[in-house]
Amino acid sequence: MSILINKDTRVMTQGITGKTGMFHTQTSRAYANGKACYVAGVNPKKAGENFEGIPIYGTVRDAKENSGATVSVIYVPPAFAAAAIWEAVEADLGLAICITEGIPVRDMVEVRERMRKQNRKTLLLGPNCPGVITPEELKIGIMPGHIHKKGRVGVVSRSGTLTYEAVGQLTELGIGQSSAVGIGGDPVNGLKHVDVLKLFNEDPDTDAVIMIGEIGGSDEETAAEWVKQNMKKPVVGFIAGVTAPPGKRMGHAGAIISGGKGTAQEKLAVMEACGIRVTKNPAEMGRLLQSALE
Amino acid sequence: MKIHEYQGKEMFRKYGVSTPRGIACFSVDEAVAAAHKLGGKVWVVKAQIHAGGRGKGGGVKVAKSIEQVRTHATSILGMQLVTHQTGPEGQKVRRLLIEEGADIAQELYVGMVVDRGTQRVVLMGSSEGGMDIEQVAAKTPEKIHKGFVDPQAGLSEAEARDIARRIGIPDPALDEASALLRGLYRCFWETDASLLEVNPLVLTAAGRVVALDAKLNFDDNALFRHADIVALRDLDEEDPLEIEASQHDLSYISLDGDIGCMVNGAGLAMATMDTIKLYGGAPANFLDVGGGATAEKVTAAFKIMLSNPKVKAILVNIFGGIMKCDTIAAGVVAAAREVQLSVPLVVRMKGTNEDLGRKILQDSGLPIISANNMAEAGERVVQAIGKAA
Repeated sequence: MSILINKDTRVMTQGITGKTGMFHTQTSRAYANGKACYVAGVNPKKAGENFEGIPIYGTVRDAKENSGATVSVIYVPPAFAAAAIWEAVEADLGLAICITEGIPVRDMVEVRERMRKQNRKTLLLGPNCPGVITPEELKIGIMPGHIHKKGRVGVVSRSGTLTYEAVGQLTELGIGQSSAVGIGGDPVNGLKHVDVLKLFNEDPDTDAVIMIGEIGGSDEETAAEWVKQNMKKPVVGFIAGVTAPPGKRMGHAGAIISGGKGTAQEKLAVMEACGIRVTKNPAEMGRLLQSALE
Repeated sequence: MKIHEYQGKEMFRKYGVSTPRGIACFSVDEAVAAAHKLGGKVWVVKAQIHAGGRGKGGGVKVAKSIEQVRTHATSILGMQLVTHQTGPEGQKVRRLLIEEGADIAQELYVGMVVDRGTQRVVLMGSSEGGMDIEQVAAKTPEKIHKGFVDPQAGLSEAEARDIARRIGIPDPALDEASALLRGLYRCFWETDASLLEVNPLVLTAAGRVVALDAKLNFDDNALFRHADIVALRDLDEEDPLEIEASQHDLSYISLDGDIGCMVNGAGLAMATMDTIKLYGGAPANFLDVGGGATAEKVTAAFKIMLSNPKVKAILVNIFGGIMKCDTIAAGVVAAAREVQLSVPLVVRMKGTNEDLGRKILQDSGLPIISANNMAEAGERVVQAIGKAA
């Protein structure tokens, strides 16, 4: 088992004909069961064509009905990405994964409101995220597949390369991963730490979780409070940005300390108070998890 | 992106929000002419810089004669204005706003941001205007009133009146206050603002509601659809290195330390800064080279880091996934040669083709210190500075 995706998931790529969409569809397809899993692409102007044998449809709905895909990965440029997310939601896909970075916050506020008001069941991962991987089964996104190893540790993070860092440390220690999920660095997004932790908590094949956060917002605190009350498995954590100055956006649109809120120190304190073991040394994430398993 | 107060007020007026009459000036003579043109007996001379806290720093002064306008304008224009937001070196004042004086009966606060929890715009109001709102929120949170706005409906008349009433607007002024709040909300929403603050919003002795201040920040990701706002950008207010970096599509932020760092990915870049601190050093910058770094980009990044005279060593931390370590190594070697690097360089590379990358560094003949993991990299770069000092 795993969370969100596995070898039986069928995936479509929205924006399959763009440079990024083509490249990452190729590398994802080359990973594990990717060949069987990537079954459709979407481009309204290129319906009927194909990308290296993957049929292209004009709409998400067409792609879903004809290919059986229930998950979409979105590489559409920022100005059109929110509309692409909404198209996936309206087609009632199970999961939409939006990799695109740079979507205006207002567009995300509008899409999220519509999703809530219409009580839509589609889960949204991202935007501005690396995607999700279930090692040795399926990779959906831009993460390097080869650093992963199948196993029983869940990883959830707001950042891309810092997730790879954690995964790399685990794999080096011989500890495999059940699934590794990037929830993205934007202020208004879909699944949050707490949502992914709930999934890991219910997954019989996940024994422990590394939760990686960063400055800005209070998602990590919300997740920590939930862990304290409900989590049946050990969770260890790291928060990036102890040295980040207030009022400056540190690369990610959502990584900003504003009004004195969202500091790394504050998050670390709440996590510790909720029973999550934390480290201030990012080189120690893997070993900390290892010690939690003992 | 940030804009000046006078630009914010011009924008407010387009949305029907009352502000004092005022004129932006670039010289003392212009300031005096502006005061004449505005007329009246009281003027306010306001420094225009992007940082807040200008009043406390001596950047806002009331003038009761034309002569005083001249005196204040002379002292403020060109000064290094230091506020809690500028850092100790302050920010040079290059522009002034000359405004008519207001007869203030009551000072209030209104602000808007996108609330991450509810994923809606939150309208915040307080009776405690003119104060540091962060302190009000910390000490007397009951004095901050909030309303979360449905993006499909916008800020309704009823919601606006409710907030206005709760922050202490008297009944006769409620209609005007509610119209003003709705104008501010439309301004926030339609311009893709990320922050809007009016501190203070005032009730005048005559019972009018006026925005005495205007602070607007915009979502950088939405600027592509607001050419009019981009035209208001004032490069004098931005860090020249950050401007240079953005032209190379690099995400760079200046910090106070002496160890430059170049990393791929924002989260890993922050974690690298944290590691430097953990081993007793201090990062000189945040620098994310992004996913598709080329040799040219790496060279540009090195030049930017090294144009900070405080930098005594450089740490490169790359997790090569999509990006290959040999490509980065070649870029680092080329950059080090081109800039004739004279400070210690520590490189940690991990991921695709890391052995190839390490070999390129070794064969370069450059005195590059290699590290196997982040901890080692942090430790070695701090040690390198110790030796150099």
